[in-house]
Amino acid sequence: MCKQGWLRTERTVFEKSRQGRRSYSMPILDVPQVDPEDLIPPNLLRQKPADLPELSEPEIVRHFVTLSVTNHHVDRDFYPLGSCTMKYNPKICEFVASFAGFADIHPLLPEELVQGALKLMYELGQSLCEITGMDDCTLSPAAGAHGEFTGMLMIRAYHEAKGRARTKVLIPDSAHGTNPASVTIAGYSSVEIPSDSSGRIDVERLKAYLDEDVAALMVTNPNTLGLFETHIAEIADLVHRVGGLVYMDGANMNALLGISRPGDFGVDLAHLNLHKTFGTPHGGGGPGAGPLVVKKDLSPYLPIPVIVRDGEKYRFDDDRPQSIGRVHGFYGNFLVMVKAYCYILMAGARGLQSMAENAIINANYLLAKLRDYFEVPFDGFCKHEFVLSGRDKAAKGVRTLDVAKRLMDYGFHPPTIYFPLIVEEALMIEPTESETLETLNRFVDAMISISQEIESDPERLKTAPHSTPVGRVDEGLAARRLDVSE
Amino acid sequence: MFTPHTDQERSCMLEAIGVQCFDDLLADMPSQIRLKAPLRLPEPLSELEAERHLAHLAATNLDPNQWISFLGAGAYDHYVPSIIDHIVARSEFYTAYTPYQPEISQGTLQTIYEYQSLIARLTAMEIANASLYDCASAIAEAVLMANHLNQRKRIVVSGCLHPHHLNVLQTYMRSGGFEIKITDWRSGKTEIDEVRELIDSNTSCVVVENPNFFGSIEDVAPIVDLAHKHGALAVVSVDPVSLGVLAPPGEYDADIAVGEGQSLGCRLSYGGPYLGFLATRKRFIRRLPGRIVGKTCDANGKTCYCLTLQTREQHIRRQRATSNICTNQALMALRAAIYLCWLGRAGIRELAMQCLARAAYAAGQLEKVGIERRFKTPFFREFAARFPVEADEILVQLAGRKILGGVSLGRFFAGEKHSLLMAFTEKRTRIEIDALVESVREIIECANKAG
Repeated sequence: MCKQGWLRTERTVFEKSRQGRRSYSMPILDVPQVDPEDLIPPNLLRQKPADLPELSEPEIVRHFVTLSVTNHHVDRDFYPLGSCTMKYNPKICEFVASFAGFADIHPLLPEELVQGALKLMYELGQSLCEITGMDDCTLSPAAGAHGEFTGMLMIRAYHEAKGRARTKVLIPDSAHGTNPASVTIAGYSSVEIPSDSSGRIDVERLKAYLDEDVAALMVTNPNTLGLFETHIAEIADLVHRVGGLVYMDGANMNALLGISRPGDFGVDLAHLNLHKTFGTPHGGGGPGAGPLVVKKDLSPYLPIPVIVRDGEKYRFDDDRPQSIGRVHGFYGNFLVMVKAYCYILMAGARGLQSMAENAIINANYLLAKLRDYFEVPFDGFCKHEFVLSGRDKAAKGVRTLDVAKRLMDYGFHPPTIYFPLIVEEALMIEPTESETLETLNRFVDAMISISQEIESDPERLKTAPHSTPVGRVDEGLAARRLDVSE
Repeated sequence: MFTPHTDQERSCMLEAIGVQCFDDLLADMPSQIRLKAPLRLPEPLSELEAERHLAHLAATNLDPNQWISFLGAGAYDHYVPSIIDHIVARSEFYTAYTPYQPEISQGTLQTIYEYQSLIARLTAMEIANASLYDCASAIAEAVLMANHLNQRKRIVVSGCLHPHHLNVLQTYMRSGGFEIKITDWRSGKTEIDEVRELIDSNTSCVVVENPNFFGSIEDVAPIVDLAHKHGALAVVSVDPVSLGVLAPPGEYDADIAVGEGQSLGCRLSYGGPYLGFLATRKRFIRRLPGRIVGKTCDANGKTCYCLTLQTREQHIRRQRATSNICTNQALMALRAAIYLCWLGRAGIRELAMQCLARAAYAAGQLEKVGIERRFKTPFFREFAARFPVEADEILVQLAGRKILGGVSLGRFFAGEKHSLLMAFTEKRTRIEIDALVESVREIIECANKAG
């Protein structure tokens, strides 16, 4: 059958394994061979060899390359996944991060032998502080959620030093799921704050939640509807008045580069996602990096180690009695920092600002072109992303999921769907600054065409996608079967 | 540079949007909180200048190819076969996002499924997740998972854990009313009698590392039994390479196995990105932190893969999620998967045997020049050696010969200034080990003369 050709199912490495095949080579053992039983009590030795597959090197390469081509990815085409900032990842950043002087250096080398690495980390921290208007930085968190958790622990330490940890963190109902999850593992309870009819924090209703048990407000700005929190300075002031702190989830910082700084609108701590805002690749789910920038008052609580500069020398400072302790085995995802550092160096102030401006223009352009075809639950100009609702398509039996799957047939990755939770049948679209007018127009054409198909041929959507490596995947079956290893 | 619009296109688009100028799009942003002056950042660099600048910074670090390194202590200098860098450099893998849309992410999904299977096989556990940040956070997630499973608050931890891992665990446990009890490290291994004293009916889990921070091979089975007798879970942090020769956690009935996957094809990278793995029993799957990929079918009955049990995760369960993790270390998990396929059944054992033989040779040669091991425990790839002079002095002298002699234990334990933790991978040749031993002999002889 033709399906056995280009679209065949790729067997697993275990199915392909043949006893006796091998890829590896080892250096000649130039020291005496040992019998493990002479050195280690036999009961501590492995009884049954690890059943790893046996494959030749060409087979391994072919296996993974064959799998790779079934992935959609940024270098292929548009990836408008809202809140994920799927922008172009410059190749030079990959190249410099592969230098042996970065990629092959051991984390416990004496500081005098790694001054280049320390200087890079120190300067990256300085740049991130300048970009956000903050005073101090830790690069240790390995991802955004890791930064959130680190921030929550610092907030706890700050309040404890003032006498009382407090009990709750306020989070708008449009927030990312990581926000309440991070709050919980830091031992706080999260309290959901309603949005007003414009999609922003309802300031009047917020006041009712503010008391001396509030440890912090955790805000995303622009929020996940792509809207700037217009009253953010006033909100921050209200939170500060009851002794609380303002934490910003910086996932959407791409909209603010060179335009507005969290530190200037009352934010006390914020994490950034280097893998969103600063062009480092997402790697199919990671690694990212989630550095945390803070105001001076929070500095004593930063995780160790902190990088400090003594004249021309850089070193780690571990001796910080008020620190929350370590959050990473070493110093965070260093190679991701190298890439972001290179990115910022090449962009400069003007380049960063231009990214934010073009990201905002691209989002508003798509919004303007699509508003006649899809419902816009919160009107007005957006920032870097916007949210549409597919709830009016229900009459034809079509859900947002179907729209998303159908978009794949047009060659695009779908937007983020069913998020934020406050919008029914949400489609969250973030084009980023990397996309050309032609690409945006192709996407608009696809969306308009799909909106017409909803009327003329809803089945086409409900059974989509039709031209992808696999058809619509049965996710329910996966959860019932729970076949998670072979 | 990375933004395509021409001035003309920009004005065209603004017109289509229905505004006069870009600033009109910022109407919801009060002018008081708009930036008044450009960010104070260095002037932008061209690609050529940026490459030169970064090359200069890299060259300000030591040239790793010019030095012989015996550094370990949680990060190991293993050979990384060229197919790994080659495959992970494919845009299809590294410029994709988390595989939320399975129809166009089968490449990432199947590799994660295979990674989970490879980790399960290596550890002899039933299932594994799709990766965590690093070993330290994997230990902390395992302990949180144990607490979710049994609601108990006491954690008994081996004092022979890597001090950084222990510290990260303490950070994670700062809130939530946990009680962490730590055994003494002074014998270089976890003493079961001490565990017996610390464990009680409120103990959630016992945490042991094997081989431990000092390189010693632990007898974990009796500790696992003891934990089970008290209704507690056994969390074991293992070195994946050691499992080529050492009993895997599944063979001694551990409940949760975690570890540092850096040794599995990740470059040293000054400490990250690395890879935390976590494997456990299938019946605990609903308490597992992080992503899991499962096998399923598409609408035409064709075998395929997707993220599964997402109801455990933060984007669905929010404040009641099993963990807050979202972005993980997927590309590092791909590296580990390729590496384990490259090694295969025979290679993982041969690699482990090479490490064992080289470390044993080094210990024997050091003993011949009067350098004893600090602890008389069996070891795998790494051991602590005790010197008649301070380890820092030895390190400085060795550095003069472009040898990185190891990690001073004094860096972590105040009373251990004379001990050095030294690691021996398959990369360290006999000539290099002999050079280390001969240098040590000369340095001590010199010190004796001076003293």
